[in-house]
Amino acid sequence: MIGRRVLPAALAGVFAAPHLARAGGGRLITVGGAVTETVFALGQGDSVVAVDSTSRFPAQAADLRQVGYLRALAPEGLIGLAPDLLLVSEEAGPPQALAVLRAAGAPLTLVPDQAGLPAILRKTEAIAAALRQDGTALARAVQDDWQALDAPIAALRPLRAIFVLSAARGAPLVSGRDTHADVMLRAAGASNVVRGFTGYRPLSAELAASLAPEAVVMMDHALAEAGGPDALLRIPALAVTPAAASRRIVAMDGAYMLNFGPRAAHARRDLAQRLHGAALPALPARSWT
Amino acid sequence: MSTTLALPLPRAPRPVALLPLAVGLLGAAMLAGLLLGPARVGPDGLLAVLAHLFGAPLPAEYARDAAVLGVIRAPRVLLAALVGAGLGAAGAAMQGLFRNPLADPALIGVSSGAALAAVAAIVLGGTVFGAAAGLLGLWLLPLAAFLGGLGATLLMARLGSIGGVASVATLLLAGVAVNALAGALTGLLIFMADDRQVRDITFWTLGSLAGARWQHLPVILLLVGLPSLVLCALARPLNALLLGEAEAYHLGVPVESLKRLAIILAAIAVAAGVAFTGLIGFVGLVVPHLVRLAFGSDHRIVLPGAALLGAALLVLADLAARSLAAPAELPVGVVTALIGAPFFLWLLRRSHGGFGR
Repeated sequence: MIGRRVLPAALAGVFAAPHLARAGGGRLITVGGAVTETVFALGQGDSVVAVDSTSRFPAQAADLRQVGYLRALAPEGLIGLAPDLLLVSEEAGPPQALAVLRAAGAPLTLVPDQAGLPAILRKTEAIAAALRQDGTALARAVQDDWQALDAPIAALRPLRAIFVLSAARGAPLVSGRDTHADVMLRAAGASNVVRGFTGYRPLSAELAASLAPEAVVMMDHALAEAGGPDALLRIPALAVTPAAASRRIVAMDGAYMLNFGPRAAHARRDLAQRLHGAALPALPARSWT
Repeated sequence: MSTTLALPLPRAPRPVALLPLAVGLLGAAMLAGLLLGPARVGPDGLLAVLAHLFGAPLPAEYARDAAVLGVIRAPRVLLAALVGAGLGAAGAAMQGLFRNPLADPALIGVSSGAALAAVAAIVLGGTVFGAAAGLLGLWLLPLAAFLGGLGATLLMARLGSIGGVASVATLLLAGVAVNALAGALTGLLIFMADDRQVRDITFWTLGSLAGARWQHLPVILLLVGLPSLVLCALARPLNALLLGEAEAYHLGVPVESLKRLAIILAAIAVAAGVAFTGLIGFVGLVVPHLVRLAFGSDHRIVLPGAALLGAALLVLADLAARSLAAPAELPVGVVTALIGAPFFLWLLRRSHGGFGR
């Protein structure tokens, strides 16, 4: 009986954190679109055995085992894949599952995963360090590409734009402040006209009319779900905008546009070019784009 | 009203050894939950870990097996068993108390209250509860959900009793009102939530045992295990209540305090369980019916039977949840509802008129 009472405590102590070796190479699980892209860009893609459902680039990632949605990770499923390293975006969760993984001694490394150039450099550095690789060349290349666009984009007239996350049901969900979309819009020479809230919220027709966006930016699959440009512009909240009058809708791959991984500079150029209809200087071809 | 909703009177317990059967089933389920799962642990690993428990050194190649069995599965199986038992016992007690086959713990507001508080913790956690969130860390959400569930039930019990007398019909309607209010406030919070929080909320309402840790278990034992045991001890007065409230009163049952006690115990058990797992549907509704169908409606059988069977069902549902979509995981509430809903429909068809007489 005494044995039964002390068993949980004994088990917890006995099993605490058997630290597994962190090998460069080895079996990798990457969680988060930018994390996966960066690992592949660093040439370590062959070590990746599983990815989450937001990791859809490069194409090889689609053939790997799927660990599910990054906010609903499964401790036992992940450990069952016998990873030598779990590279996980700090956006991942639930926190309780991450706590279980840590308690089980899983080789877990959280990667900062914010938007913007400094954040890209930080995440590249963190991932390279965890992989015991030199990330300087990759970080330098992304930084050079990004900064090569600063002057040409600053020379463009800032465009009033909104980012529509989804418009398939009811009022369109648009991005406010503190979103990846907000950062990318501003980087591409647009001003996000939605300043009144953070995150993604439904946009009312009145507010849309007063904000008067000149362009609508969307993920291409969201535009398809909304029934294409014509159906989109018939939505009352959008029909009243200057963007509808000029039919200025830019749809791009969501991961490309919003991951803020190694392809971010190229995405910035493509978005700015399509928003403004202006030719921007070409960026060097990179192996990871 | 109470006569139209009355459950059949208790038959004499069948001379079937339900309890040994249920204990055996639970034991088998827990063993399966411990030994099976997406992270394969071979017999050699199991032996090494068992030997390690009794003091033998653990060979390095079995460190992962030890972590899977000791850190991930063992607390998870125990949490599932305790929460399942709490849901089963609470469901059986509520069906007996309300003499209504559709009663389940959600009826007394505990689930919607817990959901409201959990959603508040998810949405407002960083801002409103800033200091508390930093202090409590991972305990903020369970604590909020527990207090929310208990608070909603106390409110419902208070609103439902007029002049110190809680009629079943008034209690039911108070429960409906509290549920509606909590639902509306939850909707308001969801409106304020950002995209990621909405997804977190969705997953929370589908339930998961993935966060189970050893340090949760003392709390769960105290707040789920103990109230479930006490509920089982209320079998005799609940049996008397099946005859009707006046009849029970004349048999010497303190009807009002019985109602209050059963509701509060059920609320504590369910709120504490839900706090660590999120909402898990259908265990509290279906399992008591299953026991009643097979073994009659004597609460001396139904209450412990529902607790044991609820425990076994949740352990097995969790095993399915972490195995079927491996290496990802299904929400366990989806699994219990997938098993529970068709069964419940079949039950409704089969026993049509049986409960309504």
